[in-house]
Amino acid sequence: MSAVLDTHGQHDEHAHHPSGIMRWVTTTNHKDIGTMYLWFSFTMFIVGGIMALVIRTELFAPGMQIVDPDRFNAMTTYHGLIMVFGAIMPAFVGFANWLIPMQIGAPDMAFPRMNNLSFWLLPPAALLLIAAQFVPGGGAGVGWTMYAPLTVQAPMSMDLTIFAVHILGMSSIMGSINIITTIFNMRAPGMGMMRIPLFCWTWVITAFLLIAVMPVLAGAVTMTLTDRHFGTAFFNAAGGGDPVLYQHIFWFFGHPEVYIIAIPAFGVISQIIPAFSRKPLFGYTSMVYATASIAVLSFLVWAHHMYTVGMPVEAQLYFMYATVLIAVPTGVKVFNWVATIWRGSLTFETPMLFALGFLFLFTMGGFTGLVLSIVPIDVQLHDTYYVVAHFHYVMVAGALFSAFGGIYFWLPKWTGRMYNETLGKWHFWLSFIFFNVTFFVQHFLGLAGMPRRIPDYSLQFAEFNVISSIGAWGFGLAQILFLYIVVSTIRSGKPAEQRQWEGADSLEWTHLPSPPPYHSFETPPVLR
Amino acid sequence: MSGKFVRAAAGLAMAASSAVAQAAYQLNLQEPASHIGERVHDLHTIILVICLAIFIGVFGVLGYSLYAHRKSKGHVAAQFHENTTVEVLWTVIPFVILVLMAWPATTTLLAMRDTTQPDITIKVTGYQWKWGYDYLKGDGEGISFLSNLATPHNQIYEQAPKGENYLLEVDNPLVVPVGRKIRVLTTGNDVIHAWYVPALAVKQDANPGFIRDAWFRADREGTYRGQCAELCGKDHAFMPIVVEVVSQEKYAAWVGEQKKKMAALAEDPNKTWDLAALAERGEKVYQANCVACHQPNGKGQPPAFPALSGSKLVNGPKADQIGLVLNGKQGTAMASFKQLSDVELAAVITYTRNSWANKTGEAVLPAEVTAARK
Ligand SMILES: [Cu+2]
Repeated sequence: MSAVLDTHGQHDEHAHHPSGIMRWVTTTNHKDIGTMYLWFSFTMFIVGGIMALVIRTELFAPGMQIVDPDRFNAMTTYHGLIMVFGAIMPAFVGFANWLIPMQIGAPDMAFPRMNNLSFWLLPPAALLLIAAQFVPGGGAGVGWTMYAPLTVQAPMSMDLTIFAVHILGMSSIMGSINIITTIFNMRAPGMGMMRIPLFCWTWVITAFLLIAVMPVLAGAVTMTLTDRHFGTAFFNAAGGGDPVLYQHIFWFFGHPEVYIIAIPAFGVISQIIPAFSRKPLFGYTSMVYATASIAVLSFLVWAHHMYTVGMPVEAQLYFMYATVLIAVPTGVKVFNWVATIWRGSLTFETPMLFALGFLFLFTMGGFTGLVLSIVPIDVQLHDTYYVVAHFHYVMVAGALFSAFGGIYFWLPKWTGRMYNETLGKWHFWLSFIFFNVTFFVQHFLGLAGMPRRIPDYSLQFAEFNVISSIGAWGFGLAQILFLYIVVSTIRSGKPAEQRQWEGADSLEWTHLPSPPPYHSFETPPVLR
Repeated sequence: MSGKFVRAAAGLAMAASSAVAQAAYQLNLQEPASHIGERVHDLHTIILVICLAIFIGVFGVLGYSLYAHRKSKGHVAAQFHENTTVEVLWTVIPFVILVLMAWPATTTLLAMRDTTQPDITIKVTGYQWKWGYDYLKGDGEGISFLSNLATPHNQIYEQAPKGENYLLEVDNPLVVPVGRKIRVLTTGNDVIHAWYVPALAVKQDANPGFIRDAWFRADREGTYRGQCAELCGKDHAFMPIVVEVVSQEKYAAWVGEQKKKMAALAEDPNKTWDLAALAERGEKVYQANCVACHQPNGKGQPPAFPALSGSKLVNGPKADQIGLVLNGKQGTAMASFKQLSDVELAAVITYTRNSWANKTGEAVLPAEVTAARK
């Protein structure tokens, strides 16, 4: 044990690492790479957030004020792409890098050089997505779903976007291979698969999902590319193709993608809630099975995103039944979290507040998902603001809140310094309130029939759009507070304890100091 | 039953509030105007109530726990972490609830998709960015027209106060008789659009190269407004749908009027036109059909929408341009405009050949378009 804790000598051995920028370019260390993932993610969150504010500002009042329709469509498109592929997915890969080796008692990830490459593929992809705004013709206003044949008409920014998607896919697949190999092969002796923290389990499942579906997305956008430039007609009926084929392929990727984002978020929440309830996670085994069955079901329900394309009624019925079935394992997870809290000894530090916010709002997103899964209702609500509200409850209040909770939870471990609890709570409450101001009213807009992806709208939608836009600005500004909290913690936070949260019991808290040594476990920890 | 009463009362209240399309701060689905719409409305209410009940139950328990099991109150954590009975129950009970929900959903869906035995069949074509309607079968067979946004540009760009039906008004609405089963066949000309009228509970994608169908039977006369619901490019927000549901007699009168208009259009080509008259007429046609893509100054928005001003084609042989406008260009956003009359086509082609940088000095006569159609 003491060999593990006495790490200063080992640390010095690594002092010959390149310093300055080259340290980060050449690093193969899981912590450095995790840190880069997280900062990259935050940068993209700001870029995507600015796009969101352009959208909400244009929608503040009826009429066209600040952007033209093409630019508006580009904003919705790249806001979606950047938030999904640039902000949320890399954030959870950042968590995976930081935490998996520490939680399973390994020194580092299984393939450190590939790990470096999978990170450094991201900045070029991000630059392509940003550069797409400035090439002739502007950004492609096709929606993040990139439906053909609109994409076939789009300007050259579409090609940059397709290339960016290819690169992002490569990065994700490499990251996934690394995570699976690490968890399967580098666990400390005595740590069976059913003993790893739930966060690691959620990442095993997510990584398999990624490996299965990223190539499918790559295929779909490659077919778009050849339709654009090389005379194929995959999505053009005149050449024997079918535009709806694109949607089937895209959503075969797209539905699992929802869970690629949500499942690691479940993992983070499953670490936070027991810690602040001072009680073991309720139903660990059923959590693993519920997560795995959500993952399997996610491959079988894709066409519920396209109920209105005109598929046969039998297909609509099948996809409806399969989709409502997902409510069962999702319900199990929510019930397990509530049972974990039940009769615990609860405290409400910032990570717990975000976890509870997640639980409350994600469940709401789940219920609106159930409403949307019912075909006749979806025919009314498909492609309206109801859908926009629904997936922001899942993506923002779900994944993003979980990521915020995770940052506050592990920041003391990662930096060895404690954040300011009062400011953290302010950040939570501002985010929680403004999130609901922004998105709750969008349910009403959707029910009343306001289509999504429109830069201008008729007068009966004006009032709720004003409220939503005010909420969006509040939510955006609240994130400046988050940046301040993180930076001031790193610079001048009070020293954190090894086990900052008394209820936290995974290896990084019980076996490693705060901050942990450069190589997490040079010798495997001794497990009870 | 009480649902019906509430809806009837709400309907009266709406009618009483004169012509206001929809109230501000509307919280629920639009007032349904068809039987299917009512069933969807009720289905949504049922599902919402079930969800709310479960939500309140689960978060009631959570809320109690957050209050009662706080460390600050001295609560000591229990250490249980499984309970098979509870776990089985909370898997099985939701499953049963879901099966119960699936039943009304299934019956409503089957009714919604039953497009058999329509009274009138209308083909709806989505264009960038307008709708085209062709009455294929039933009363009014043969009627065909385009439906463009009627809201003036200056209202959109804040140079004039916005009208009551801002962005939800068209030049030629779809007119149908009340109480008749209307089957719509949707298709797209260029990209995917979606024909969406909330009050009639219809939303059907219009896929280029394919025909899909949906139906509605309006219970009440009135004007029902909707929008394109599938992102279709620049002016996706500016291609509304207006359905006028009228009495059987009014419908018959409307059909008669349309038939007369069509007959009048068909005779027109024999009238003599000079260049000035054609160009004047053509400017109006251009404003209604071409300006969104090719722009008022004829400069277009390359590369998707090429400039007409200085274009080789527009300044070249007449026959090529006539052919292009009549047939469209495969694989581009340029649609076929053959639904316009020969006079309109001749006028707009003449206009483009004699505007901006184009000075051909030639008129294209309606008879030339008539000839090219054959
Ligand atoms: Cu459209």
